[in-house]
Amino acid sequence: MTASLTLNKITAQKGISIAEAANRVADLGWTPSYVQEAMTFPTDYKISKTPRDPMKQVLRSYFPMQEEKDNRVYGALDAALRGDMFRNVEPRWVEWMKLFLAIIPFPEISAARSMAMVGRLAPGEELRTGFTMQMVDEFRHSTIQMNLKKWYMENYIDPAGFDITEAAFGKCYATTIGRQFAEGFLTGDAITAANVYLTVVAETAFTNTLFVAMPSEAARNGDYALPTVFLSVQSDESRHIGNGHSMLMAMINDPSNHQLLERDLKYAFWQNHAIVDAAIGTFIEYGTTNRDKNKESYAELWHRWIYEDYYRTYMLPLEKYGIKIHHDDVAAAWDRIVKKNYVHKTAQFFTVGWSVNFWRIEAQTERDFEWFEHKYPGWYAEFGDFWKWHAKLSVPGETNILFNSEVGYSYPHRCWSCMVPCLIREDFVCDEVDGKIYTYCSEGCRWTHKVAFAAEYEGRATPAMGRFSGRREWEDCYHGWDVADAIKDLGFVRPDGKTMIAQPHLRFDAKDMWTLDDVRGHTLGSPLRGFRALSPAEREVATAEYRRGFKINPCN
Amino acid sequence: MSAQASRAAATKPAVIVKSGAAGAAVFPGSDSRKYNYFEPKGRKATHYEDMTVDVQPDPERYLLQDWIISFPDGTPTYSKDWTAAKSSNWHKFRAVDQEWERTHYQRQSTICGMVQNTIENGRKSGAPTRFDPAWVKILQNHLGAYKHAEFGLGTSTMQAQRYGYTQMVNNAILTNSSYKLRFAQDITLYLSEIGLDLPGFDIAVGKKHWLEDPIWQGVRKSVESVMGSNDYLEQYFATNVVFEPLVGELFRSGFLMQAASAQNDFITPAVVSAAEADYERNLANTVELFHILGTDPTHGAQNLALFNKWLAKHADLALDAANHLQPIWSQPRVKVAAFADALAHAKNRIKGIGAELGLTVPANLAS
Repeated sequence: MTASLTLNKITAQKGISIAEAANRVADLGWTPSYVQEAMTFPTDYKISKTPRDPMKQVLRSYFPMQEEKDNRVYGALDAALRGDMFRNVEPRWVEWMKLFLAIIPFPEISAARSMAMVGRLAPGEELRTGFTMQMVDEFRHSTIQMNLKKWYMENYIDPAGFDITEAAFGKCYATTIGRQFAEGFLTGDAITAANVYLTVVAETAFTNTLFVAMPSEAARNGDYALPTVFLSVQSDESRHIGNGHSMLMAMINDPSNHQLLERDLKYAFWQNHAIVDAAIGTFIEYGTTNRDKNKESYAELWHRWIYEDYYRTYMLPLEKYGIKIHHDDVAAAWDRIVKKNYVHKTAQFFTVGWSVNFWRIEAQTERDFEWFEHKYPGWYAEFGDFWKWHAKLSVPGETNILFNSEVGYSYPHRCWSCMVPCLIREDFVCDEVDGKIYTYCSEGCRWTHKVAFAAEYEGRATPAMGRFSGRREWEDCYHGWDVADAIKDLGFVRPDGKTMIAQPHLRFDAKDMWTLDDVRGHTLGSPLRGFRALSPAEREVATAEYRRGFKINPCN
Repeated sequence: MSAQASRAAATKPAVIVKSGAAGAAVFPGSDSRKYNYFEPKGRKATHYEDMTVDVQPDPERYLLQDWIISFPDGTPTYSKDWTAAKSSNWHKFRAVDQEWERTHYQRQSTICGMVQNTIENGRKSGAPTRFDPAWVKILQNHLGAYKHAEFGLGTSTMQAQRYGYTQMVNNAILTNSSYKLRFAQDITLYLSEIGLDLPGFDIAVGKKHWLEDPIWQGVRKSVESVMGSNDYLEQYFATNVVFEPLVGELFRSGFLMQAASAQNDFITPAVVSAAEADYERNLANTVELFHILGTDPTHGAQNLALFNKWLAKHADLALDAANHLQPIWSQPRVKVAAFADALAHAKNRIKGIGAELGLTVPANLAS
């Protein structure tokens, strides 16, 4: 056999090029003439230019490629079990996965549904193939994540919390943030939701912290399963980013869209920041036991992925099309992370509320303190005592930290927009919308509710734009309830009917575990009800007081 | 136990568990290793159920705070009003094919491999050049036209998968869409590839027939009527209960798969057979869903009346579409399949499906 003879040369036959295949597939569509296509979800945008499919892939190559990716994922899960991964995994980390994995399959499948919303909006059929693949991708992500969660439940030392996962998702005060994230993908103006909020901002910018940065931290905690699943998920995101950008480019040349694009880029960025940074920042910084000072902090990761990768290389070039970029918001988000301790305050809040969670949160230790102080100078002075209190109050019989006045923590208002509480006290704002008072964590969130989610934007009618609805303040659902009864109603109780799923420690021993009796006797309340009951003058005083914040008492 | 004693016990080194593995310690809940928030259909939850049930929540199933964003008219993120069908339990349905991502990719990928191998091997042996010339024209004009019907139903179900009230309903419609769109592309690429071996073969002609040829206008009208429905369940019903047996199977099994071998074509039946297997699964899911709705203790009678209305409307269109296709059966040089037989078989098929669902099959399908 000659050296140049290969199997490919023997078997190759003339075929059609990838570009040709993509073109022919794109020609499958037509404009109906007998019956108009079904009414789709409306948008206030105009899309007159045909978007191009940058990926030029057809389903014939897509399905085998995805199957191969799946084979690697499931093979790796088997290998992790054979290698006894759970013997060495850090429970501190896996506990936070009870929250993360309760949230994420719904946003994923919501993204699949939202492909129906953009699929028919654009002229031409080329990008429809891209949307089809994204629809099936998102179906993949949702169910592959449910599988991962089941796998943790079957193999991790404490399955409680995984076992109630989707019920917990619908009820928990923390997962409510994830529901805001997901419903934004598929409700309201179709382009705002499914293009700008989902693909242009969430997928292009924030999946990097979600699906790239977080898996790295998982691996540092002995969890090889999360990286194998989520990096595989992330490999699909490039297609989605391409879909989003292509649709964006089909609209950006029409100046009549600019006003709405500016609104939606701003809204989507701020909400993604408020929601994703709160949750993922907490998982990465507080779910880890790895305190290598050479690794990047969440703030440093944010700078790399959001500031450099998204803001500088994706958003800024949009200015050449005449789009005004919301530079101030990017700077404000950065300040919230590095100067105003947004992530640390979120972790603190989750910990104060541990008894109504469905996962365990153990206290940070001296080793953790050292790392935090190194990465975030000044951290210890503000948060050190709090974590000492949490360690001290982690023993059944102590007063639940949520109600323990010795600690000095003051329970926050809930933000009506992002649904994360108003944790950066000095940024707290309130406003009146349709005759009712609402509280917000920031000016960006006030603007989102009052200005962006409205029937008119800067004098322009926006009839397709969504509205905020539902019982958005979680605390209102249990106003006046004894916390033990609320926990029972939430279903966050273990099968013995009394031991709570959530625990403020990682001690896997019945005698150390809190029961409903250990928390009974304290009443939950809605901060907003009280705030609304105030007169305007009293509200002003209360606002000023709230903005002054609180000081955690020394813990000896 | 006092707080002090408890704290002292908690800090005893003897209770420290170093392993994070299942079974490393026994405590309340340490053996709770099954999703416990839904009632499985059978004795034990299937893997499909674990992957699917309740991932899309709603106020009846755990959504404590209700939907938190709405459309401007107040319609929530998911609404029961997006179909005229009613259910006393939208959560009951489970897809018969039990598909979740892994099984879906495995099946789709297997089909892609099978189709590609068949085409490649066929072309390698020069098979397309031995197809009967009249048959080549049929493939070019009519299979080329039919691919657009498959695409139309694929986009219609892609649209429909947004509207269902539960994850189970929407995922079944989603996989239906995925199958239809794959098959539309399968045909497109198949014709493009054999076209390379057949001088004068024009891949663009199929679309012209789809848009202009009177033979195909009934089919196009029927498909556009499915695409034009504002009720997602009507789209799903019309696709699988009406169009597929009366037009899809009629053309695929009743013509292409029967006639091809007599025209020296062993490739087309292999390509088309995948769609027949897809349909069996989609049909099973559809029958399960509409059977549940048709036998609903509260809304069954009203639902059956609605389904009969849908059946009558779409059957008229589909039957007209089928009849318009008749001339194609006369076009092969070697005639092995008769249109009348194929149509009779199609009518029997829809009668069988109708009987399963308790529907009244319109008179024009009864004979």
